Amino acid sequence: MSFEGLPKGSGNKERTFRESIYLWEVLRGLGVTIGHLVRNILHTDDMPTRQYPEEKHVYSDRFRGRHRLMKREDGAPRCVACQMCSTYCPADCIEIVAAEHPDPAIEKYPASFDIDLLRCVYCGLCEEACPCDAIRLDTGIFEIAADQREKFVVDKEFLLNNETDGTR
Amino acid sequence: MDLLLETLSKIGFMFALIMGMVVVLIWMERKGAAFIQDRTGPNRAAIGGVRLAGLVHPIADVFKLLFKEDVAPEDRHRGLYNLAPWIVMTIALSTYAVIPFGDHLTVAGKQIPLVVADLNVGLLYILAVAGLGTYGVVMGGWAANNKFGFLGAIRATSQMISYEISMGLALMGLVMVFGSLQLTEIVAGQGDLLFGFLPRWGVVVQPLGFVIFITAVYAETNRTPFDLPESDSEIVAGYHLEYSSMKFALFFMAEYAHMVIGAALIATFYFGGFQIPWLPRPVLEAHAGTLLTIKLVGVLVASLAIAALFMRRVRNERNKFGDARDREPVLGVAFWLVLAAGAAGGLLMGPWNIGPVGADLMATFFQVTAFTVKLVFFAWLFIWVRWTLPRFRYDQLMYLGWKVMIPLGLANLVVTALVMAFV
Repeated sequence: MSFEGLPKGSGNKERTFRESIYLWEVLRGLGVTIGHLVRNILHTDDMPTRQYPEEKHVYSDRFRGRHRLMKREDGAPRCVACQMCSTYCPADCIEIVAAEHPDPAIEKYPASFDIDLLRCVYCGLCEEACPCDAIRLDTGIFEIAADQREKFVVDKEFLLNNETDGTR
Repeated sequence: MDLLLETLSKIGFMFALIMGMVVVLIWMERKGAAFIQDRTGPNRAAIGGVRLAGLVHPIADVFKLLFKEDVAPEDRHRGLYNLAPWIVMTIALSTYAVIPFGDHLTVAGKQIPLVVADLNVGLLYILAVAGLGTYGVVMGGWAANNKFGFLGAIRATSQMISYEISMGLALMGLVMVFGSLQLTEIVAGQGDLLFGFLPRWGVVVQPLGFVIFITAVYAETNRTPFDLPESDSEIVAGYHLEYSSMKFALFFMAEYAHMVIGAALIATFYFGGFQIPWLPRPVLEAHAGTLLTIKLVGVLVASLAIAALFMRRVRNERNKFGDARDREPVLGVAFWLVLAAGAAGGLLMGPWNIGPVGADLMATFFQVTAFTVKLVFFAWLFIWVRWTLPRFRYDQLMYLGWKVMIPLGLANLVVTALVMAFV
């Protein structure tokens, strides 16, 4: 076949007679696809598809999932409301209101600690900035969904009770 | 009165066959495409935990489309916009009137031919009605007032004009061989044997005609590799881009109804219609009892084997999902065992001795089954080809239609004429 007026490379390739009658190549293609079909019907369990809600993907240990706030031994937050994380945060998604702590050794504690999960870029810089290892992104939780924007702003209680999913 | 009742029941049978096939084809398309592309395909919709390998999805789709909001463009031509889906669907269904799906059925001593309307110009009727199908597409594409829809409509028109000629040329070779335009005559002519062992099917006496015809049918039904009127990667969805809810569903079902027509035409013209090779009607009637026995034994063995396969799933997947879906294998075993019990019960009643009325009924049953099997195979071929071949470029489509198919069709006609005249 020749296609006049078309750019080079589209139709100028020399074809063998077998390719130019097209039918034989069609049959060969049909053979390829039916091979896949038969193999997949006979070995359904070997297919790469993951049945998502039942089978979840396990990410590597370095995957940064939803944040959690670490606790002291008495259950209070480790955070000392130093504002390092919210200062360093490139997405400006952390909002901390500090309050005075009765224990003079601790000085401050967060009265409220809100993270806007829709603004967060999951870069992990807050984790690195924190001087007392109070915030971590190691929960491995990647299913972050809600039906209202307001629900994505999570508070201190939520973050304190955010456990890891047990894979790390 | 009798004639009316007969015709209505035949129309009802054909309508049920087509609509059932449409549902099965949508399932086959999605599941077949998935397996060809190493995916699992639809497997979520369920009725009481039974998913039927995705067969529940078309039913769920119908409910969804029925209750969906009908969004339509503001600047449409209202009359034509509403008319187009109905025209497409009506014309898709009316082609079936002349396709014979069995020889005859004897009811109360009267022979009923199993074709809705046995026109003596049936072949011309099919060509005429198939040509009308474009009107719905053109109306839909133009009335929606969308440039992509308009492009789709233009493409549909030019494609239909180009390929109708080669379709007609291919069929003329067939008409010369069988000497009739009546579809029942063409099918009856394919019941004989050639040289004593080859079935005298259209594909045997007209191999080149078959290749031309099947290509033209793919182009007429707008299926890949000729799906340019709706090519989703170029003009989004072509002519039905601006349609939604049930109006879109009518276009969608009409596409599958066209596929069933295409498959029925290929089976009728080139693969003997309802004829079973080497078993013409008198032989079928004479040995109906034996064949029925063989069939029942086959059903018994097959359903027991499938039940055994489901038993393995019952053992291995007792708590795979932890919900209603775990019941599925048990219900599967129950279904196939009931079928096996039915076949065994049939065998106990002595099917080898069914008498002349039963023989007539069984012969018809076998022929209708043969027709349906051919129909399903060629409908599957449409799907198989769609997920194998890429779409033609537009100039390639025109090149193939005008410079390859038409000369080949003419050559086929000349060779057929020479052979008929001198051999």
